[in-house]
Amino acid sequence: MTAAIHDEALRAPLRLPQRRPAAEWLQRRAKWFIILPPLLFLLVFFLIPFGFALVISFADTAVRVPPFSDILSVSPDWHINLTLNLGNFKYLFSDEVYGLSYLYSLKTAFFSTVICLALGYPMAYAIARTSKSTQSILLLVIILPFWTSFLLRVYALEGIIRETGLLNTALLWLGIIHQPLQIMRTTFAVYLGIIYSYLPFMVLPLFATLEKLDHSLLEAAGDLGSPPWRAFLEVTLPLSVPGIIAGSMLVFIPAIGEFVIPTLLGGPDNLMIGRVLWDEFFGNRDWPVASAVAIAFLVLLVGPIALYQHYNSKQLEA
Amino acid sequence: MEQRISPFLVSVLCIGIAILYIPILVLIGYSFNASALVSVWGGFSTSWYGELLHNDQILDAAWLSLKIGVVVSTGAVILGTLAAISLVRFKVFRGRLLLTGMVNAPLVMPEIITGITQLLLFVSMLHLMGWPHRGFTTIVIAHIAFCSAYVTVTVQSRLAGADRSLEEAAMDLGSGPVRAFLDTTLPGIAPALASSWLLSFTLSLDDLVISSFVSGPGASTLPMVIFSKVKLGVSPDINALASLMICLVGACVLLAGHLMRRAERQRLLDAQMAER
Repeated sequence: MTAAIHDEALRAPLRLPQRRPAAEWLQRRAKWFIILPPLLFLLVFFLIPFGFALVISFADTAVRVPPFSDILSVSPDWHINLTLNLGNFKYLFSDEVYGLSYLYSLKTAFFSTVICLALGYPMAYAIARTSKSTQSILLLVIILPFWTSFLLRVYALEGIIRETGLLNTALLWLGIIHQPLQIMRTTFAVYLGIIYSYLPFMVLPLFATLEKLDHSLLEAAGDLGSPPWRAFLEVTLPLSVPGIIAGSMLVFIPAIGEFVIPTLLGGPDNLMIGRVLWDEFFGNRDWPVASAVAIAFLVLLVGPIALYQHYNSKQLEA
Repeated sequence: MEQRISPFLVSVLCIGIAILYIPILVLIGYSFNASALVSVWGGFSTSWYGELLHNDQILDAAWLSLKIGVVVSTGAVILGTLAAISLVRFKVFRGRLLLTGMVNAPLVMPEIITGITQLLLFVSMLHLMGWPHRGFTTIVIAHIAFCSAYVTVTVQSRLAGADRSLEEAAMDLGSGPVRAFLDTTLPGIAPALASSWLLSFTLSLDDLVISSFVSGPGASTLPMVIFSKVKLGVSPDINALASLMICLVGACVLLAGHLMRRAERQRLLDAQMAER
Protein backbone atom coordinates (compact mmCIF):
# COMPACT_ATOMS: atom_id res chain seq x y z
CA MET A 1 0.00 0.00 0.00
CA THR A 2 2.65 2.48 1.05
CA ALA A 3 4.76 1.24 -1.79
CA ALA A 4 1.99 1.99 -4.25
CA ILE A 5 1.57 5.55 -2.98
CA HIS A 6 5.28 6.04 -3.11
CA ASP A 7 5.31 4.80 -6.66
CA GLU A 8 2.51 7.17 -7.57
CA ALA A 9 4.35 10.13 -6.06
CA LEU A 10 7.46 9.25 -8.01
CA ARG A 11 5.61 9.02 -11.25
CA ALA A 12 3.72 12.28 -10.88
CA PRO A 13 6.40 14.73 -12.13
CA LEU A 14 6.81 12.72 -15.29
CA ARG A 15 3.27 13.65 -16.33
CA LEU A 16 4.04 17.35 -16.18
CA PRO A 17 4.80 17.90 -19.88
CA GLN A 18 1.37 16.60 -20.82
CA ARG A 19 -0.39 19.53 -19.22
CA ARG A 20 0.46 21.87 -22.07
CA PRO A 21 -0.88 20.36 -25.29
CA ALA A 22 -1.26 23.80 -26.88
CA ALA A 23 2.37 24.62 -26.22
CA GLU A 24 3.40 21.28 -27.69
CA TRP A 25 1.36 21.89 -30.81
CA LEU A 26 3.01 25.30 -31.16
CA GLN A 27 6.39 23.74 -30.62
CA ARG A 28 5.76 21.21 -33.36
CA ARG A 29 4.83 23.97 -35.79
CA ALA A 30 7.45 26.36 -34.44
CA LYS A 31 10.31 24.12 -35.43
CA TRP A 32 9.68 25.10 -39.03
CA PHE A 33 10.63 28.68 -38.16
CA ILE A 34 14.05 27.26 -37.37
CA ILE A 35 14.33 24.76 -40.22
CA LEU A 36 12.91 26.78 -43.09
CA PRO A 37 15.24 29.82 -43.26
CA PRO A 38 18.46 27.83 -43.87
CA LEU A 39 16.65 25.20 -45.95
CA LEU A 40 15.06 27.73 -48.30
CA PHE A 41 18.16 29.92 -48.51
CA LEU A 42 20.43 27.04 -49.48
CA LEU A 43 17.80 25.59 -51.80
CA VAL A 44 17.42 28.84 -53.75
CA PHE A 45 21.01 30.07 -53.69
CA PHE A 46 22.98 26.83 -53.70
CA LEU A 47 21.03 23.90 -55.13
CA ILE A 48 18.76 25.53 -57.71
CA PRO A 49 21.74 27.26 -59.41
CA PHE A 50 22.91 23.80 -60.49
CA GLY A 51 19.58 23.39 -62.24
CA PHE A 52 20.19 26.65 -64.08
CA ALA A 53 23.68 25.50 -65.07
CA LEU A 54 22.25 22.22 -66.36
CA VAL A 55 19.60 24.03 -68.41
CA ILE A 56 22.04 26.57 -69.83
CA SER A 57 24.51 23.84 -70.79
CA PHE A 58 21.90 22.80 -73.37
CA ALA A 59 21.53 26.33 -74.76
CA ASP A 60 23.25 28.05 -77.65
CA THR A 61 25.50 31.05 -77.36
CA ALA A 62 23.76 34.23 -78.41
CA VAL A 63 24.89 37.78 -78.83
CA ARG A 64 22.76 39.40 -76.17
CA VAL A 65 22.43 39.78 -72.41
CA PRO A 66 22.54 37.15 -70.91
CA PRO A 67 24.69 35.55 -73.64
CA PHE A 68 22.73 32.37 -74.29
CA SER A 69 19.56 31.41 -76.10
CA ASP A 70 16.30 30.39 -74.48
CA ILE A 71 15.63 26.71 -74.25
CA LEU A 72 11.94 27.09 -73.72
CA SER A 73 10.14 29.40 -76.09
CA VAL A 74 6.49 30.04 -76.58
CA SER A 75 5.39 30.63 -80.14
CA PRO A 76 2.52 33.08 -80.90
CA ASP A 77 0.00 30.24 -81.16
CA TRP A 78 0.93 29.01 -77.66
CA HIS A 79 3.06 26.07 -78.74
CA ILE A 80 5.83 25.55 -76.24
CA ASN A 81 9.09 24.70 -77.94
CA LEU A 82 11.87 22.93 -76.13
CA THR A 83 15.20 23.27 -77.89
CA LEU A 84 17.92 21.09 -76.47
CA ASN A 85 21.33 21.67 -77.92
CA LEU A 86 23.61 18.72 -77.29
CA GLY A 87 26.39 20.41 -79.21
CA ASN A 88 28.11 21.74 -76.11
CA PHE A 89 28.64 18.28 -74.68
CA LYS A 90 29.70 16.89 -78.07
CA TYR A 91 32.16 19.76 -78.24
CA LEU A 92 33.66 18.73 -74.90
CA PHE A 93 34.52 15.34 -76.34
CA SER A 94 35.71 16.57 -79.71
CA ASP A 95 38.07 19.27 -78.41
CA GLU A 96 40.73 17.39 -76.51
CA VAL A 97 41.73 20.34 -74.33
CA TYR A 98 38.88 19.52 -71.92
CA GLY A 99 39.71 15.85 -71.50
CA LEU A 100 43.41 16.62 -71.18
CA SER A 101 42.89 19.34 -68.60
CA TYR A 102 40.60 17.06 -66.60
CA LEU A 103 43.23 14.30 -66.58
CA TYR A 104 45.95 16.82 -65.85
CA SER A 105 44.00 18.17 -62.86
CA LEU A 106 43.49 14.62 -61.56
CA LYS A 107 47.19 13.89 -61.91
CA THR A 108 48.31 17.14 -60.27
CA ALA A 109 45.87 16.79 -57.38
CA PHE A 110 46.86 13.14 -56.88
CA PHE A 111 50.61 13.72 -56.75
CA SER A 112 50.30 16.83 -54.57
CA THR A 113 48.18 14.82 -52.15
CA VAL A 114 50.79 12.05 -52.04
CA ILE A 115 53.61 14.54 -51.39
CA CYS A 116 51.54 16.34 -48.75
CA LEU A 117 50.94 12.99 -47.08
CA ALA A 118 54.63 12.09 -47.17
CA LEU A 119 55.52 15.41 -45.56
CA GLY A 120 52.48 15.78 -43.31
CA TYR A 121 52.51 12.29 -41.77
CA PRO A 122 55.90 12.61 -40.03
CA MET A 123 54.94 16.13 -38.96
CA ALA A 124 51.68 14.99 -37.39
CA TYR A 125 53.46 11.99 -35.85
CA ALA A 126 56.13 14.21 -34.30
CA ILE A 127 53.52 16.64 -32.91
CA ALA A 128 51.51 13.76 -31.44
CA ARG A 129 54.60 12.58 -29.57
CA THR A 130 55.37 15.86 -27.81
CA SER A 131 53.97 16.92 -24.45
CA LYS A 132 50.47 18.41 -24.22
CA SER A 133 51.69 22.00 -23.81
CA THR A 134 54.12 21.76 -26.76
CA GLN A 135 51.31 20.17 -28.77
CA SER A 136 49.00 23.15 -28.38
CA ILE A 137 51.73 25.56 -29.44
CA LEU A 138 52.71 23.46 -32.48
CA LEU A 139 49.07 23.08 -33.50
CA LEU A 140 48.63 26.84 -33.37
CA VAL A 141 51.73 27.20 -35.55
CA ILE A 142 50.20 24.81 -38.11
CA ILE A 143 46.71 26.37 -38.00
CA LEU A 144 47.78 30.02 -38.18
CA PRO A 145 48.68 30.01 -41.91
CA PHE A 146 45.27 28.48 -42.64
CA TRP A 147 43.62 31.64 -41.27
CA THR A 148 45.75 34.03 -43.28
CA SER A 149 44.78 34.85 -46.82
CA PHE A 150 45.29 32.04 -49.31
CA LEU A 151 45.82 34.45 -52.21
CA LEU A 152 48.43 36.40 -50.28
CA ARG A 153 50.30 33.25 -49.31
CA VAL A 154 50.51 32.15 -52.93
CA TYR A 155 51.78 35.63 -53.74
CA ALA A 156 54.33 35.36 -50.91
CA LEU A 157 55.63 32.12 -52.41
CA GLU A 158 56.15 33.92 -55.69
CA GLY A 159 58.52 36.30 -53.87
CA ILE A 160 60.79 33.35 -53.12
CA ILE A 161 60.83 31.40 -56.35
CA ARG A 162 60.83 34.26 -58.86
CA GLU A 163 63.82 34.65 -61.15
CA THR A 164 64.97 37.56 -58.97
CA GLY A 165 63.49 36.05 -55.82
CA LEU A 166 65.17 35.16 -52.58
CA LEU A 167 66.08 31.58 -53.54
CA ASN A 168 67.83 32.49 -56.78
CA THR A 169 69.56 35.49 -55.23
CA ALA A 170 70.86 33.36 -52.38
CA LEU A 171 72.00 30.50 -54.62
CA LEU A 172 73.72 32.90 -57.02
CA TRP A 173 75.43 34.69 -54.16
CA LEU A 174 76.64 31.39 -52.71
CA GLY A 175 77.98 30.47 -56.13
CA ILE A 176 75.99 27.22 -56.28
CA ILE A 177 74.38 28.24 -59.55
CA HIS A 178 75.50 30.72 -62.18
CA GLN A 179 72.19 31.16 -63.96
CA PRO A 180 68.95 31.92 -62.13
CA LEU A 181 66.77 28.81 -61.93
CA GLN A 182 63.49 28.98 -63.81
CA ILE A 183 61.00 27.83 -61.17
CA MET A 184 58.09 30.19 -61.82
CA ARG A 185 55.74 29.14 -64.62
CA THR A 186 56.71 25.48 -64.27
CA THR A 187 54.88 22.38 -63.11
CA PHE A 188 57.19 22.27 -60.11
CA ALA A 189 55.95 25.70 -59.00
CA VAL A 190 52.34 24.48 -59.20
CA TYR A 191 53.14 21.47 -56.99
CA LEU A 192 55.05 23.66 -54.58
CA GLY A 193 52.12 26.09 -54.40
CA ILE A 194 49.56 23.37 -53.72
CA ILE A 195 51.71 21.68 -51.07
CA TYR A 196 52.49 25.00 -49.40
CA SER A 197 48.82 26.02 -49.36
CA TYR A 198 47.22 22.77 -48.28
CA LEU A 199 49.79 21.17 -45.95
CA PRO A 200 47.89 22.25 -42.78
CA PHE A 201 44.78 20.44 -44.07
CA MET A 202 46.79 17.22 -44.16
CA VAL A 203 48.53 17.60 -40.80
CA LEU A 204 45.48 18.43 -38.66
CA PRO A 205 43.30 15.34 -39.29
CA LEU A 206 46.39 13.09 -39.16
CA PHE A 207 47.30 14.55 -35.79
CA ALA A 208 43.75 14.04 -34.54
CA THR A 209 43.94 10.27 -35.29
CA LEU A 210 47.54 9.77 -34.19
CA GLU A 211 46.93 11.55 -30.89
CA LYS A 212 44.13 9.16 -29.97
CA LEU A 213 46.26 6.11 -30.76
CA ASP A 214 46.44 3.65 -27.90
CA HIS A 215 50.11 3.52 -27.06
CA SER A 216 49.94 0.24 -25.18
CA LEU A 217 49.41 -1.53 -28.51
CA LEU A 218 52.84 -0.36 -29.67
CA GLU A 219 54.39 -1.40 -26.38
CA ALA A 220 52.77 -4.81 -26.71
CA ALA A 221 54.21 -5.16 -30.21
CA GLY A 222 57.62 -4.17 -28.84
CA ASP A 223 57.33 -6.64 -25.95
CA LEU A 224 56.51 -9.38 -28.42
CA GLY A 225 59.80 -8.69 -30.18
CA SER A 226 58.63 -6.52 -33.05
CA PRO A 227 61.21 -3.93 -34.16
CA PRO A 228 59.91 -0.32 -34.10
CA TRP A 229 59.57 -0.05 -37.91
CA ARG A 230 57.50 -3.22 -37.98
CA ALA A 231 55.32 -2.07 -35.12
CA PHE A 232 54.78 1.16 -37.03
CA LEU A 233 53.82 -0.63 -40.25
CA GLU A 234 51.58 -3.19 -38.59
CA VAL A 235 50.00 -1.16 -35.77
CA THR A 236 50.29 2.61 -36.19
CA LEU A 237 49.80 2.85 -39.94
CA PRO A 238 46.63 0.73 -40.19
CA LEU A 239 45.11 2.53 -37.19
CA SER A 240 45.74 5.94 -38.73
CA VAL A 241 43.95 5.15 -42.00
CA PRO A 242 40.90 7.33 -41.14
CA GLY A 243 43.20 10.31 -40.67
CA ILE A 244 45.03 9.56 -43.90
CA ILE A 245 41.73 9.43 -45.80
CA ALA A 246 40.36 12.60 -44.20
CA GLY A 247 43.57 14.56 -44.79
CA SER A 248 43.90 13.33 -48.37
CA MET A 249 40.33 14.35 -49.18
CA LEU A 250 40.91 17.80 -47.69
CA VAL A 251 43.94 18.28 -49.95
CA PHE A 252 42.72 16.50 -53.08
CA ILE A 253 39.32 18.18 -53.37
CA PRO A 254 40.42 21.84 -53.35
CA ALA A 255 43.55 20.99 -55.34
CA ILE A 256 41.67 19.52 -58.30
CA GLY A 257 39.51 22.60 -58.83
CA GLU A 258 42.39 24.96 -58.12
CA PHE A 259 42.44 28.15 -60.15
CA VAL A 260 44.67 30.67 -58.36
CA ILE A 261 47.82 28.52 -58.09
CA PRO A 262 48.11 27.38 -61.73
CA THR A 263 47.27 30.90 -62.90
CA LEU A 264 49.78 32.75 -60.73
CA LEU A 265 52.59 30.19 -60.48
CA GLY A 266 52.06 27.88 -63.46
CA GLY A 267 52.97 28.28 -67.08
CA PRO A 268 50.86 27.85 -70.21
CA ASP A 269 51.21 24.04 -69.95
CA ASN A 270 49.61 23.86 -66.53
CA LEU A 271 46.08 23.82 -67.85
CA MET A 272 44.03 22.72 -64.89
CA ILE A 273 40.29 22.45 -65.32
CA GLY A 274 39.62 25.45 -63.07
CA ARG A 275 41.70 27.62 -65.36
CA VAL A 276 40.00 26.27 -68.49
CA LEU A 277 36.60 27.04 -66.98
CA TRP A 278 37.67 30.57 -66.04
CA ASP A 279 39.02 31.27 -69.55
CA GLU A 280 35.92 29.83 -71.20
CA PHE A 281 33.79 32.12 -69.09
CA PHE A 282 35.70 35.39 -68.98
CA GLY A 283 37.88 35.02 -72.08
CA ASN A 284 35.61 33.42 -74.64
CA ARG A 285 32.38 34.44 -72.91
CA ASP A 286 30.96 31.10 -73.98
CA TRP A 287 28.59 30.52 -71.08
CA PRO A 288 26.83 27.41 -72.44
CA VAL A 289 30.13 25.56 -73.01
CA ALA A 290 31.41 26.69 -69.61
CA SER A 291 28.21 25.36 -68.03
CA ALA A 292 28.65 22.08 -69.86
CA VAL A 293 32.25 21.83 -68.58
CA ALA A 294 31.06 22.58 -65.05
CA ILE A 295 28.31 19.95 -65.23
CA ALA A 296 30.69 17.34 -66.66
CA PHE A 297 33.29 18.16 -64.01
CA LEU A 298 30.63 17.87 -61.34
CA VAL A 299 29.45 14.47 -62.55
CA LEU A 300 32.96 13.09 -63.08
CA LEU A 301 34.51 14.38 -59.88
CA VAL A 302 32.18 15.59 -57.18
CA GLY A 303 29.70 12.78 -57.81
CA PRO A 304 32.16 9.96 -57.00
CA ILE A 305 33.48 11.81 -53.94
CA ALA A 306 29.98 12.43 -52.59
CA LEU A 307 29.05 8.78 -53.14
CA TYR A 308 32.25 7.65 -51.47
CA GLN A 309 31.60 9.83 -48.43
CA HIS A 310 28.01 8.67 -48.26
CA TYR A 311 29.02 5.00 -48.18
CA ASN A 312 31.91 5.73 -45.84
CA SER A 313 29.63 7.37 -43.28
CA LYS A 314 27.14 4.50 -43.65
CA GLN A 315 29.93 2.06 -42.92
CA LEU A 316 31.02 4.02 -39.88
CA GLU A 317 27.48 3.98 -38.54
CA ALA A 318 27.18 0.23 -39.04
CA MET B 1 52.71 10.02 -24.59
CA GLU B 2 55.86 12.06 -24.15
CA GLN B 3 59.01 10.22 -25.08
CA ARG B 4 62.11 10.60 -27.20
CA ILE B 5 61.37 11.66 -30.76
CA SER B 6 63.68 10.54 -33.52
CA PRO B 7 65.82 13.27 -35.16
CA PHE B 8 64.21 12.36 -38.47
CA LEU B 9 60.75 13.33 -37.22
CA VAL B 10 62.01 16.55 -35.68
CA SER B 11 63.76 17.59 -38.88
CA VAL B 12 60.69 16.88 -41.05
CA LEU B 13 58.58 18.89 -38.62
CA CYS B 14 61.04 21.78 -38.82
CA ILE B 15 61.14 21.61 -42.63
CA GLY B 16 57.35 21.60 -42.80
CA ILE B 17 57.01 24.59 -40.50
CA ALA B 18 59.78 26.37 -42.42
CA ILE B 19 57.89 25.80 -45.69
CA LEU B 20 54.79 27.30 -44.10
CA TYR B 21 56.46 30.37 -42.65
CA ILE B 22 59.48 31.39 -44.74
CA PRO B 23 57.46 32.89 -47.63
CA ILE B 24 55.39 34.99 -45.22
CA LEU B 25 58.44 36.24 -43.31
CA VAL B 26 60.26 37.07 -46.54
CA LEU B 27 57.20 38.97 -47.77
CA ILE B 28 57.09 41.03 -44.58
CA GLY B 29 60.81 41.71 -44.96
CA TYR B 30 60.36 42.89 -48.56
CA SER B 31 57.57 45.24 -47.50
CA PHE B 32 60.13 47.38 -45.64
CA ASN B 33 62.45 47.53 -48.65
CA ALA B 34 62.95 51.11 -49.81
CA SER B 35 63.84 49.99 -53.33
CA ALA B 36 61.02 49.38 -55.81
CA LEU B 37 63.13 46.64 -57.37
CA VAL B 38 62.30 43.56 -55.39
CA SER B 39 65.71 41.93 -55.82
CA VAL B 40 67.71 44.85 -54.48
CA TRP B 41 67.77 45.84 -50.83
CA GLY B 42 67.56 49.62 -50.77
CA GLY B 43 67.46 50.16 -47.05
CA PHE B 44 64.70 50.11 -44.43
CA SER B 45 61.64 52.16 -45.24
CA THR B 46 57.97 52.31 -44.37
CA SER B 47 57.13 54.36 -47.45
CA TRP B 48 55.08 51.57 -49.09
CA TYR B 49 52.76 51.58 -46.10
CA GLY B 50 52.34 55.35 -46.44
CA GLU B 51 51.56 54.92 -50.11
CA LEU B 52 48.74 52.50 -49.30
CA LEU B 53 46.89 55.29 -47.51
CA HIS B 54 46.76 57.27 -50.74
CA ASN B 55 45.73 54.41 -53.00
CA ASP B 56 41.99 54.93 -53.43
CA GLN B 57 41.50 51.76 -55.45
CA ILE B 58 42.87 49.61 -52.63
CA LEU B 59 41.13 51.58 -49.88
CA ASP B 60 37.75 51.36 -51.62
CA ALA B 61 38.19 47.64 -52.21
CA ALA B 62 39.24 47.07 -48.60
CA TRP B 63 36.20 48.98 -47.32
CA LEU B 64 33.88 46.99 -49.61
CA SER B 65 35.44 43.70 -48.46
CA LEU B 66 35.10 44.62 -44.79
CA LYS B 67 31.44 45.59 -45.23
CA ILE B 68 30.75 42.35 -47.10
CA GLY B 69 32.65 40.38 -44.45
CA VAL B 70 30.63 41.75 -41.54
CA VAL B 71 27.25 41.23 -43.21
CA VAL B 72 28.22 37.76 -44.50
CA SER B 73 29.58 36.41 -41.23
CA THR B 74 26.60 37.69 -39.26
CA GLY B 75 24.14 36.22 -41.76
CA ALA B 76 26.08 32.97 -42.03
CA VAL B 77 26.23 32.52 -38.24
CA ILE B 78 22.46 33.02 -37.97
CA LEU B 79 21.55 30.70 -40.85
CA GLY B 80 24.25 28.15 -40.03
CA THR B 81 23.22 27.99 -36.37
CA LEU B 82 19.56 27.53 -37.32
CA ALA B 83 20.61 24.69 -39.63
CA ALA B 84 22.74 23.13 -36.89
CA ILE B 85 19.85 23.33 -34.39
CA SER B 86 17.54 21.75 -36.97
CA LEU B 87 19.91 18.86 -37.62
CA VAL B 88 20.81 18.19 -33.98
CA ARG B 89 17.49 18.79 -32.23
CA PHE B 90 14.87 17.72 -34.76
CA LYS B 91 15.67 14.14 -35.60
CA VAL B 92 12.89 13.63 -38.09
CA PHE B 93 11.50 16.22 -40.46
CA ARG B 94 10.70 16.44 -44.13
CA GLY B 95 13.74 17.78 -45.96
CA ARG B 96 16.29 16.62 -43.38
CA LEU B 97 18.31 14.66 -45.94
CA LEU B 98 18.15 17.63 -48.31
CA LEU B 99 19.40 20.02 -45.62
CA THR B 100 22.19 17.62 -44.60
CA GLY B 101 23.31 17.40 -48.21
CA MET B 102 23.16 21.13 -48.77
CA VAL B 103 25.22 22.03 -45.70
CA ASN B 104 27.89 19.47 -46.55
CA ALA B 105 28.08 19.98 -50.31
CA PRO B 106 29.69 23.46 -50.28
CA LEU B 107 32.60 22.00 -48.31
CA VAL B 108 33.52 19.62 -51.16
CA MET B 109 32.37 21.75 -54.09
CA PRO B 110 35.14 23.40 -56.10
CA GLU B 111 34.66 27.17 -55.73
CA ILE B 112 34.76 27.68 -59.45
CA ILE B 113 31.66 25.53 -59.97
CA THR B 114 29.75 27.22 -57.15
CA GLY B 115 30.72 30.57 -58.65
CA ILE B 116 29.56 29.74 -62.17
CA THR B 117 26.25 28.23 -61.10
CA GLN B 118 25.45 31.14 -58.79
CA LEU B 119 26.28 33.66 -61.49
CA LEU B 120 23.92 31.86 -63.88
CA LEU B 121 21.18 32.01 -61.22
CA PHE B 122 21.69 35.72 -60.54
CA VAL B 123 21.76 36.58 -64.24
CA SER B 124 18.58 34.61 -64.89
CA MET B 125 16.87 36.13 -61.85
CA LEU B 126 17.79 39.63 -62.98
CA HIS B 127 16.48 38.81 -66.45
CA LEU B 128 13.18 37.44 -65.12
CA MET B 129 12.41 39.64 -62.11
CA GLY B 130 14.78 42.59 -62.20
CA TRP B 131 16.64 41.62 -59.02
CA PRO B 132 19.41 41.27 -57.80
CA HIS B 133 21.86 43.57 -59.55
CA ARG B 134 25.35 42.12 -59.56
CA GLY B 135 27.54 43.69 -56.91
CA PHE B 136 27.37 43.94 -53.14
CA THR B 137 24.09 42.00 -52.81
CA THR B 138 25.08 39.07 -55.01
CA ILE B 139 28.50 38.72 -53.36
CA VAL B 140 26.89 38.74 -49.91
CA ILE B 141 24.34 36.07 -50.90
CA ALA B 142 26.96 33.85 -52.54
CA HIS B 143 29.33 34.12 -49.57
CA ILE B 144 26.60 33.40 -47.01
CA ALA B 145 25.76 30.21 -48.92
CA PHE B 146 29.22 28.69 -48.50
CA CYS B 147 30.14 30.26 -45.14
CA SER B 148 26.97 29.00 -43.46
CA ALA B 149 28.09 25.46 -44.32
CA TYR B 150 31.27 25.94 -42.27
CA VAL B 151 29.23 27.49 -39.43
CA THR B 152 26.81 24.56 -39.41
CA VAL B 153 29.58 21.97 -39.20
CA THR B 154 31.32 23.83 -36.33
CA VAL B 155 28.18 24.55 -34.32
CA GLN B 156 26.68 21.13 -35.00
CA SER B 157 29.50 19.26 -33.28
CA ARG B 158 29.40 21.63 -30.34
CA LEU B 159 25.63 21.41 -30.01
CA ALA B 160 25.65 17.62 -30.23
CA GLY B 161 28.09 17.49 -27.32
CA ALA B 162 26.18 20.04 -25.21
CA ASP B 163 24.57 18.85 -22.00
CA ARG B 164 20.78 19.24 -22.22
CA SER B 165 20.01 18.79 -18.53
CA LEU B 166 20.25 22.52 -17.75
CA GLU B 167 17.86 23.32 -20.58
CA GLU B 168 15.41 20.67 -19.36
CA ALA B 169 15.68 22.04 -15.83
CA ALA B 170 14.87 25.55 -17.11
CA MET B 171 11.82 24.16 -18.94
CA ASP B 172 10.67 22.30 -15.83
CA LEU B 173 10.92 25.61 -13.99
CA GLY B 174 8.51 27.12 -16.47
CA SER B 175 10.64 28.61 -19.23
CA GLY B 176 9.41 28.20 -22.77
CA PRO B 177 11.64 26.09 -25.04
CA VAL B 178 13.07 29.10 -26.86
CA ARG B 179 13.76 30.97 -23.63
CA ALA B 180 15.31 27.89 -22.05
CA PHE B 181 17.58 27.42 -25.08
CA LEU B 182 18.66 31.05 -25.08
CA ASP B 183 19.35 31.08 -21.33
CA THR B 184 21.19 27.79 -20.96
CA THR B 185 22.48 26.19 -24.16
CA LEU B 186 23.32 29.35 -26.10
CA PRO B 187 26.01 30.57 -23.64
CA GLY B 188 27.51 27.09 -23.82
CA ILE B 189 27.86 27.17 -27.61
CA ALA B 190 28.87 30.86 -27.68
CA PRO B 191 32.60 30.10 -28.24
CA ALA B 192 31.67 27.99 -31.28
CA LEU B 193 29.50 30.85 -32.59
CA ALA B 194 32.33 33.35 -32.08
CA SER B 195 34.92 31.19 -33.80
CA SER B 196 32.60 30.42 -36.70
CA TRP B 197 31.87 34.14 -37.10
CA LEU B 198 35.61 34.75 -37.30
CA LEU B 199 36.06 31.86 -39.73
CA SER B 200 33.26 33.17 -41.98
CA PHE B 201 34.77 36.62 -41.87
CA THR B 202 38.21 35.44 -43.00
CA LEU B 203 36.72 33.11 -45.64
CA SER B 204 34.66 35.98 -47.05
CA LEU B 205 37.55 38.43 -46.87
CA ASP B 206 39.79 35.96 -48.72
CA ASP B 207 37.44 34.74 -51.43
CA LEU B 208 38.53 35.51 -54.96
CA VAL B 209 36.91 32.96 -57.26
CA ILE B 210 33.25 33.17 -56.23
CA SER B 211 33.39 36.97 -55.87
CA SER B 212 34.89 37.35 -59.34
CA PHE B 213 32.00 35.42 -60.87
CA VAL B 214 29.07 36.97 -59.05
CA SER B 215 30.38 40.54 -58.82
CA GLY B 216 29.35 43.22 -61.24
CA PRO B 217 31.00 46.31 -62.67
CA GLY B 218 32.24 48.72 -60.02
CA ALA B 219 32.21 46.21 -57.19
CA SER B 220 35.78 44.96 -56.81
CA THR B 221 36.63 43.28 -53.54
CA LEU B 222 40.13 43.41 -52.09
CA PRO B 223 41.19 39.95 -53.35
CA MET B 224 39.99 40.89 -56.85
CA VAL B 225 42.13 44.04 -56.85
CA ILE B 226 45.12 42.18 -55.41
CA PHE B 227 44.76 39.38 -57.96
CA SER B 228 44.63 41.75 -60.92
CA LYS B 229 47.74 43.54 -59.65
CA VAL B 230 49.64 40.36 -58.78
CA LYS B 231 48.97 38.82 -62.20
CA LEU B 232 51.05 41.61 -63.69
CA GLY B 233 53.97 40.87 -61.38
CA VAL B 234 55.20 41.76 -57.93
CA SER B 235 54.38 45.24 -56.69
CA PRO B 236 55.85 46.74 -53.51
CA ASP B 237 52.61 48.27 -52.23
CA ILE B 238 50.94 44.85 -52.36
CA ASN B 239 53.82 43.58 -50.19
CA ALA B 240 52.92 46.20 -47.59
CA LEU B 241 49.20 45.46 -47.85
CA ALA B 242 49.78 41.71 -47.58
CA SER B 243 52.03 42.09 -44.52
CA LEU B 244 49.46 44.32 -42.89
CA MET B 245 46.62 41.87 -43.52
CA ILE B 246 48.58 38.81 -42.46
CA CYS B 247 49.72 40.44 -39.21
CA LEU B 248 46.23 41.78 -38.48
CA VAL B 249 44.53 38.43 -39.04
CA GLY B 250 47.26 36.61 -37.10
CA ALA B 251 46.88 38.96 -34.14
CA CYS B 252 43.07 38.64 -34.21
CA VAL B 253 43.23 34.84 -34.29
CA LEU B 254 45.74 34.69 -31.43
CA LEU B 255 43.71 37.15 -29.36
CA ALA B 256 40.41 35.39 -30.07
CA GLY B 257 41.98 32.03 -29.22
CA HIS B 258 43.31 33.42 -25.96
CA LEU B 259 39.98 35.00 -24.97
CA MET B 260 38.06 31.84 -25.84
CA ARG B 261 40.38 29.64 -23.83
CA ARG B 262 39.99 31.98 -20.87
CA ALA B 263 36.19 32.03 -21.19
CA GLU B 264 36.18 28.24 -21.43
CA ARG B 265 38.34 27.90 -18.32
CA GLN B 266 36.05 30.30 -16.47
CA ARG B 267 33.04 28.26 -17.51
CA LEU B 268 34.61 25.02 -16.31
CA LEU B 269 35.54 26.71 -13.05
CA ASP B 270 31.96 27.96 -12.61
CA ALA B 271 30.64 24.48 -13.32
CA GLN B 272 32.97 23.00 -10.70
CA MET B 273 31.90 25.61 -8.15
CA ALA B 274 28.25 24.89 -8.90
CA GLU B 275 28.75 21.18 -8.29
CA ARG B 276 30.11 21.76 -4.79
